[in-house]
Amino acid sequence: MTPLSFAFAHSLPEIFLAVGALALLMLGVFKSGGRDWIISEAAIVILGVALLSMFVESGDKAVVYDDAFIDDAFGRFMKALALGGALISLLLSREFMARENIDFFEFPVLVLLATLGMLMLISAHNLIALYLGLELMSLALYVIAAFHRNNVRASEAGLKYFVLGALSSGMLLYGSSLIYGFAGTVSFPGIAVALKGNVQIGVIFGLVFVMAGLAFKMSVVPFHMWTPDVYEGAPTPVTAFFASAAKMAAVAVTVRIIVTAFPGIETQWRQIIVFMSILSMAIGAFAAIGQTNIKRLMAYSSIGHMGFALVGLAAGTEKGVNGVLMYMAIYLVMTLGTFAAILSMRTGGRYVESIQDLAGLSRSRKGMAFFLSMMMLSLAGIPPLAGFFAKWYAFVAAIDAGLYPLAVIGMLCSVVACFYYLRIVKIIYLDEPAAPFESVSREVTAVMMVAGLAVVLFWVFPGPLVSAASAAAKSLFQ
Amino acid sequence: MFGFGILTGLIVLPLVGAAFILVQRGEDQATLGNIRWAALSTTIITFLLSLWAWKLFDPATASFQLVEQKAWLGSTIIYKLGVDGISMPFVLLTTFLMPFCILASWETITTRVKEYMIAFLVLETLMIGVFCALDLVLFYLFFEGGLIPMFLIIGIWGGKRRIYASFKFFLYTLLGSLLMLLAIMAMYGVAGTTDITVLLKTNFPSSMQKWLWLAFFASFAVKMPMWPVHTWLPDAHVEAPTAGSVILAGILLKMGGYGFIRFSLPMFPEASQYFAPMVWGLSVVAIIYTSLVALVQEDMKKLIAYSSVAHMGFVTMGLFAMNQQGVQGAVFQMVSHGLVSGALFLCVGVVYDRMHTRDIAAYGGLVKRMPLYAVALMVFTMANVGLPGTSGFVGEFLTLIGAFKANTWVAFFATTGVILSAAYALYLYRRIIFGVLEKQNLKNIADLTPREIVLLAPLLVLTIYYGVNPGPILDACAASVQGLIRSYDAALAATKTAALLLN
Repeated sequence: MTPLSFAFAHSLPEIFLAVGALALLMLGVFKSGGRDWIISEAAIVILGVALLSMFVESGDKAVVYDDAFIDDAFGRFMKALALGGALISLLLSREFMARENIDFFEFPVLVLLATLGMLMLISAHNLIALYLGLELMSLALYVIAAFHRNNVRASEAGLKYFVLGALSSGMLLYGSSLIYGFAGTVSFPGIAVALKGNVQIGVIFGLVFVMAGLAFKMSVVPFHMWTPDVYEGAPTPVTAFFASAAKMAAVAVTVRIIVTAFPGIETQWRQIIVFMSILSMAIGAFAAIGQTNIKRLMAYSSIGHMGFALVGLAAGTEKGVNGVLMYMAIYLVMTLGTFAAILSMRTGGRYVESIQDLAGLSRSRKGMAFFLSMMMLSLAGIPPLAGFFAKWYAFVAAIDAGLYPLAVIGMLCSVVACFYYLRIVKIIYLDEPAAPFESVSREVTAVMMVAGLAVVLFWVFPGPLVSAASAAAKSLFQ
Repeated sequence: MFGFGILTGLIVLPLVGAAFILVQRGEDQATLGNIRWAALSTTIITFLLSLWAWKLFDPATASFQLVEQKAWLGSTIIYKLGVDGISMPFVLLTTFLMPFCILASWETITTRVKEYMIAFLVLETLMIGVFCALDLVLFYLFFEGGLIPMFLIIGIWGGKRRIYASFKFFLYTLLGSLLMLLAIMAMYGVAGTTDITVLLKTNFPSSMQKWLWLAFFASFAVKMPMWPVHTWLPDAHVEAPTAGSVILAGILLKMGGYGFIRFSLPMFPEASQYFAPMVWGLSVVAIIYTSLVALVQEDMKKLIAYSSVAHMGFVTMGLFAMNQQGVQGAVFQMVSHGLVSGALFLCVGVVYDRMHTRDIAAYGGLVKRMPLYAVALMVFTMANVGLPGTSGFVGEFLTLIGAFKANTWVAFFATTGVILSAAYALYLYRRIIFGVLEKQNLKNIADLTPREIVLLAPLLVLTIYYGVNPGPILDACAASVQGLIRSYDAALAATKTAALLLN
């Protein structure tokens, strides 16, 4: 039994976030008006402090709270991504929320709570903690999906997300109980020990259900149906939050559970991952071609990208995890940059979402046109942009593990996907200009520029990210 | 400077020019003039710097020179540059052709000049990078990155069907390259590094070699382009602006051939030998078939595009003959074709700027109004045919000798291509230049302007100079080609002995 102070020290960001969220809630409730006062600024600061704490070296990994919570380099890496995603989403939301008259103080608080759930999810070290973290995250996400409560589409999105999310939670719970029943423990390493050389059919069932539940959160085919509707219906900053932070947490926990709990049934989980990966890449590539709404397009794009990330995971090796980490880090930047660009699409006093609204952007807004085009080409994985390196690390691992068919299918899908990304570049640069966009707040522009520069110039100085990811991947296998 | 060498300088310099152009504001004539001059001087300085690199370069040795190395993606994927006798001519060709591209666009490009010049300078960086990279990932980065500026060049400043052409160009080349990327990953898995100098010494298992070879072939064959994956080229050429066509024919196509020499032949010798008959077959088909297709074209650019495919057929044929004449001839043919086809596209641009049509039928009897133009076009047409005394002859002749030594029938069929090329090129020349000047709108057509003379004269001089004195290029690559063939033969002999021992 470790002393409590030791446990606190290793979960300090989570505690800080929890206390901060509750304090802000109190502040919001007792401050009259119900409007966002300095709450979102305070929430951004809290997230920023938590993010900075991830860069503080805290030594080796530590398992605390009775085997429920693990603090290691892998967790810190993914938490930094999740916190970064949350922080930027919140930053992007301020102008949007004010303009749409939904700048209530609950929003930043809910984002903080959801982020807290994500951090717990990433650090989960047994099935119970996993479920708790997942639910804390999901419940907050259901609410903010429908945060625009007078908007029919947003309400529909929230409801859909809630119903399907509840179903997936149920599947996850059912799978967890099966695994517990057959393995006799909920602890991840304990499950790994119990499964060594003793694989029963019940555990395989449990694995399938747990994977289904997690696949839903990652929005991976065949559990992706909610994604386009929710992405389209939810307020755009919320969509950015779903696409960035929530994805990081879901992928992190999937990687962790597979690597630490199920190494003994590699053949079984690999089939599932490869199956989901191929389908996601294919659906993500083909279904996006016909989209006209850019948020819907990004939904299919994110489905495809999760497929690519799973290519790395399918390898199941340290290299594979390294690939997933690189992929998620770069994907985070690309997706936030893209959503910043989407939030800059305003004409006639309202936000527009049609891809055709981007026509001829290169004439009216040169900077935005360039950055959005680079973002698209980076999502397509064209070198020398960052997206190429993401694909490189994920596919290197798959090739290394001998998954040649998966890698070839992935590459073919990325050619198809490239078509619709190119189509956006074509609309931006080659088409006749549509109505020009109005200027937006400096925060949104800054996020877009920083993300754009990071994507374009990643190749100049890739060292820090590469070494951080490889250290994080290594820590998972120690 | 800062621990970087001259090759990094070559790569960075165009980017500096692009950055300078980027900060220029305004749309007035003075700013546009500044932008044009900035682009031109950047490319000329880059060319001068590459001449300096050429001076430092020692053609007597086969090893890589001017090497520089830095950590990049971890310790196994590194930033490593260097040139040898095979890549040096291509670096020079690139830097040499770029000022012509800028000059060719001087008056014709009037919309979005700033973006245009930036696209070209970025493209120059990427092309130089392809030929200097000594790390496979770095190579891929430059190789594939070139798609982005070229896509925009064709798509924004191209002709009527530019969108179709740019998409076809992009997706076609991407598909081939991604297969190569998988092969690069597999090689990385075997060798543990992507340093090209190490990979050149790595023996890949023979079963694996065939797959790797095919993956690289998928990329380079599309890029070359070889029959039957050449169909993107005529579209891209026809729609691209003049300078875009020059770059496409002059340098981008050479990347495929360069890739074969740098990777396929030395790294997978067994597979290269195994697949050589297939390459010969495809080359011969390309030479004969595309020459016949060129014969019936009505569009000047399309005709030259098809003739490019035929000439690239000579290159692949010579390369896979794998003897001194064949490979040196292929290198020479690529450089010569870079000059000649670039010049031909510039010539098409000259009349296109005046008449805004590329239909061959719209011209005729130009010699009466444009004698200087007729002379220039004649020299380049003859070089395209491969007339002795022009640079086109040396390359074709050497590759044919190489092929003859390897396989007589291949040489026999390929030689018919020389006759066919004479047919389509002379036919084109007759229809444009000779005949009666009867079309009303041609009656006032003006001869070459001073700018156009500056544009064409150096190319004309070099075409004849290298035709009479091919030594500089051949000597430059001789040692490297010798080294390549020696290690190729050694690798094949080693596998043969191993096979005998097994029996």
